[in-house]
Formats: sequence, structure tokens, C-alpha cells
Amino acid sequence: MITYREAIRLALDDAMAADETVLLLGEDIAKAGGPFKTTVGLYEKYGAERVFDTPIAENGFCGIALGMALTGLRPVVEIMFSDFLPTAFDAIAMELPRWRFMSGGQTSAPVTVRASGGGGGRFGAQTSSTGESWFLQFYGLMVAAAGSPQGAYGLLRAAIAHNNPVVVFDHKAMHLRKGPVVRGDDRLAEVGKAVVARPGADVTVVASLLMVHRSLEAAEALADEGIDVEVIDISWLRPLDVDTVAASVARTGRLVIAEEQYHDGGWGSALISRLATAGAPLAAPPVAVSMPEVLISHSPPLEDAMIPSTERIADAVRSVCR
Amino acid sequence: MTAPTPEALRSWLEQMILVRLAEDKVMEIYMQGLVPGTVHLCQGQEAASVGAIGALGADDWVLCTYRGHHHALARGMDLEAFFAEIMGRDSGACGGMGGSSYVVDASLGMIGSPAIIGAGIPVATGAGMTARLRGEDRIAMCFFGDGACNIGAFHEALNMAQLWRSQVVFCIENNQYGEYTPFRDSTALPPGAPIAHRATAYGMAHAVVDGQDAVAVHESVAQARARAVAGDGPTLIEAQTYRYRGHSRTDPGAYRPAGELDAWKERDPIGILAERIGATGAVDEIRERLQREVDEAADRAAEGPWPTLEQARGYVFAD
Repeated sequence: MITYREAIRLALDDAMAADETVLLLGEDIAKAGGPFKTTVGLYEKYGAERVFDTPIAENGFCGIALGMALTGLRPVVEIMFSDFLPTAFDAIAMELPRWRFMSGGQTSAPVTVRASGGGGGRFGAQTSSTGESWFLQFYGLMVAAAGSPQGAYGLLRAAIAHNNPVVVFDHKAMHLRKGPVVRGDDRLAEVGKAVVARPGADVTVVASLLMVHRSLEAAEALADEGIDVEVIDISWLRPLDVDTVAASVARTGRLVIAEEQYHDGGWGSALISRLATAGAPLAAPPVAVSMPEVLISHSPPLEDAMIPSTERIADAVRSVCR
Repeated sequence: MTAPTPEALRSWLEQMILVRLAEDKVMEIYMQGLVPGTVHLCQGQEAASVGAIGALGADDWVLCTYRGHHHALARGMDLEAFFAEIMGRDSGACGGMGGSSYVVDASLGMIGSPAIIGAGIPVATGAGMTARLRGEDRIAMCFFGDGACNIGAFHEALNMAQLWRSQVVFCIENNQYGEYTPFRDSTALPPGAPIAHRATAYGMAHAVVDGQDAVAVHESVAQARARAVAGDGPTLIEAQTYRYRGHSRTDPGAYRPAGELDAWKERDPIGILAERIGATGAVDEIRERLQREVDEAADRAAEGPWPTLEQARGYVFAD
């Protein structure tokens, strides 16, 4: 059993050991070992030519990563907080996903951008977003979100090995959670494949990041009430694994989305739309447990009201079972 | 630095004439309805690209911008592929996906030509880092305009390029206007100072050259290239030049003071080089020959097939 953040660190370590073109760029990630300790020891192990402390200049170093990728390297960029991604919006949204297309397929940009996001730390309005759906309208990017330590390892390994730009989200409140992790060059997550985190027969709950953990907690509580919940860790927001969810819903007939984001414009609403237009056989209208349309404050009762709790998810499951 | 050979000088003259004729042709086919969207032409700026690219090695990378036709042609792009790209055809250099703004041939080291102002500056810095990390005798040559020197990407990239000794050479083609605005109205500088002075804030080498003189540009870029591959860091070069046309196809350039365009045309880059190498008498013959090549390439390009949505889909993601 290892922590989620150690899984991230091991994924970086194993990817760097497996491929000498992999290198890391980010703020405080080299000598200091990373603000979230996801790069501890990598500077010492791989040296200053593979682990770079960058200035606080996200748009600049994401663009630099693109230049490295176009010329044969595989950079992994760390964005300290997801909330800092918008400072690099041009590089990530407008450059990374489009250069290959505009060149008519002559070039490729294997850049991994990883960001830690999510609430619960009382950090307030500018350092608490998951950010997970922000880039879904920027076709050309893959987007992953880690819902477990194994996911943190496998998704990051898959992203680094992938030949297209990938944004990988993790959740700060998951960093110290432990779980089983199997390492290895054969343990890369399959791109675009959701993971059934808990099989069940009555209700399908689809979740990402911390919401996977809370959905599993809710499922445990609901088992005592005789409700058998299937929890799907969606893992990839693009490509969105509609098939795995559709197959689950075809058995359960009931769907709950658990997401730490606003519903409109996010992967959760996209999933409901895709299932609805495909004619998924739902016995009850789907329910989305999302953030209320307010902004996050550092004030504890306010933040707690924003982020879907285990109890809210459980209530939603009960409501679709009525 | 070795001086350019007579053969090189002669080929630069031909390249500059080719660029001029090709750009005039782009305007002509635009007016015939053969070019979708808009175009950003570079007549008057030929020396900056031809002189700079003349100093590069075959393995060097080139990044340019939406005003990048001169870089593509100076780097040796096939003329038919050039015109077909601008016309949005499958036979274009980028399969018709890039258009006038993004005419690149990766086999010539052209790795990008973004339409977003300044976006290529960090990317070139990254390419220069690849060369440095691999210890290669290779640079990234990065062209952009005066307007790009006020966007954050410029400052962020210059800072990191110098900090990490990226093997990159930056060339500002200062054509005097950022879109419709004179650069001094948008760029805070000490009175009369060139933009390239901003390099000093980063401890970076800089140079200011006559952008109408291909030989001067060449010399400056050759020195900067040598400095970069020696590990002594990047250089910010400012080539002072002028665009004869407006910003884009629809801009007549009416904001320019009377007489300014004519004064610059007195220092036309083609005339300056022709005179320098004693080839003024040959210009008409070269022009006639290249005009035929340009016309024939554009005619063939206009016959090119349109790309399909399936082809476009195939270009988004690598396998």
C-alpha cells in the first residue's frame, strides 16, 4: 500500500528510467522535491539536465515543453495548482493541441501536463478548483483524472508514453490516501478506458478524482441498506469511455454522476448527453451531484457546502432508487 | 565568421526575388478568389528572412509566424506545395490544414508558424533546449515581429532561454507596425532605443541590424548562431525593416505617414543586394525566369484536390 502522491512520484521515476527522453519541468520540483513532494529524489537521481526548476512562468514553460516535444523529447510539466492552468491557457489550449493538425500531421507533441487540484484544503477561491473539464473543448488534448493510487500511477505512465498532449489531473485531498499500486512498464493505463472501481447491480455511479473515493464510501454505507452500487472511476475525460458506462447502465438502469465541478459544460453533463442521445435504458432520470453555482471560499462551512460529500452522493443514489 | 560566397550571394538575390514575386502572386490569386480567409504579406521584408536563413545549417529548426511566407520560401519550400497550402488544398505543404498562416515543411526543419502572436518564442526556446541537452551543433531560429515583444510569452521565454543557455536565436523583424499601430506607440523604450535593448534586462546578447541588407542580417545571425552552439546563450537580433503592404489583405495601410512607404522603397532589399554584388543588370532576367516558375506552380496548385473531413480527422492525433 502506498500513497497516491508516492504513486505519482514512482510513475515519474519509472517513466524516466524507461525512456531517457523524458524530462520534468515545474516550479520547485528539482532541488526542493516539489511543493506536493511528487518529485522527491528525482533531481538527485536524474540530474539537472532532466529535472528543471522553472521560473513562475507557466505559459512560457508549457510552450518550451512543446518545443522540446516537437524536437524529440518527452517533457512532463507540473502545474502546481490546477488554478494556475489558466495562466498557461494559450500554450495548453491553443498551441499544444493544434500544431500537429495545422502541420497536416508532420509534427507531434508528446507533452504531459500534470496539475494538482481540488478543494478541501481551505485554500479559497484561487487554489481549490479541480479544473478537470476546462480543456474539454480543446480537441486535440487528451484529459485524464486520477481516482486512486493505481490510477495516479497508470494514467501518468500512459500519458507520458502517449504521442499526443495529455493533461493529467490529480487531487490534493487524495495525496496521502493509500492504496495498492502495481508498478511496471506493463502497468500503463489504457487510454480512454474507465475503471470499474466497485462492481454492483442496482445503481451506476460515475465519478472522478476525490469523488471516486467518496462514491466508494457511499457505496459501502448503501450496501447496509441493500443497495448494490457500481462505482466507475471515469479516469479519462477525453476520450470519454461512454461504452463502459453504457454497459453498466444497461444492467442497473440508474445513473448518478459525482463530480467536484459545476455540472454544465463538464464531463458529467457530456456523459449524460451521450447516454441520452444513445437511448440508454434509464429507469429513473439521472442525477448529478455537482458543485452548487457559487464560488469556493476558504471558510470551512462554505467549502464543505461546495464539495459533494459522501452523504450527498448516498442521497442521490437513494433518490434514483425510489 | 566566413563571408558568404559569391554563389551564396547570388542565390540570396534569387530567393528574395522569388519571395517578392510569390507574395505578389498570392495577392493576385487572392483577388481571383483562390485564397480562403486572409493573407499577411511580407513584401519589403525579404532580406531579414533570406539573410538569416542563409546563416543556418541544414539541421537547424525554424519557427516563424503567420507572416511567414518568406521564411518558408527561403528555407526551400516547394513552390507548388506553398501555393496549394495557401489555397487550402490537400496537395499543400500541410495538407491544406495550415493555410496562409501556417505554411511549414518539417523536413526542412520548419516546426511551426503559429497565428498567435509570440506563441512561437517559448517553443523555439524549447527546441533550442533539445539541441543543448543533446549537445548538438544545432539551433532554433525564431522569427517574430515587433508586436510580439510586448506579450508575456516573449518575456517569459527570453528569461528562461538565457537562464538555461538555450541554443536559440531570436530575430525581431521590426516592420515598424504591430498590426495597425506604430511600434513606439505600444512599446515602452528609452527614447530612440531599439526593441532589442530589452535583451539587456535578461543579460542576453543583442544586435541591431539593417533589415534591408541581407548581408548584414546574415553576419549578425551567423555570429549569434556560433554563440548559441558554443553554449554562450541566445541573442536577440532586431532587423529593422518595413512591410510594403498593410497588416493583412484588407488593410490599405492608410495610417502610415505620407512618403514613408516611398522612403523605405528607396532602400529596397532586392536593390541593395543586387547593387552590392554587381547584379543589378541581371535582376530583370531572374525576375522573368522566376515569374514563369511562380505562375506555373500557382496554376498547378489551383488544380489540387480539396482535403476531406476524414483526412482532417487523421491529422489531429498521432498514433
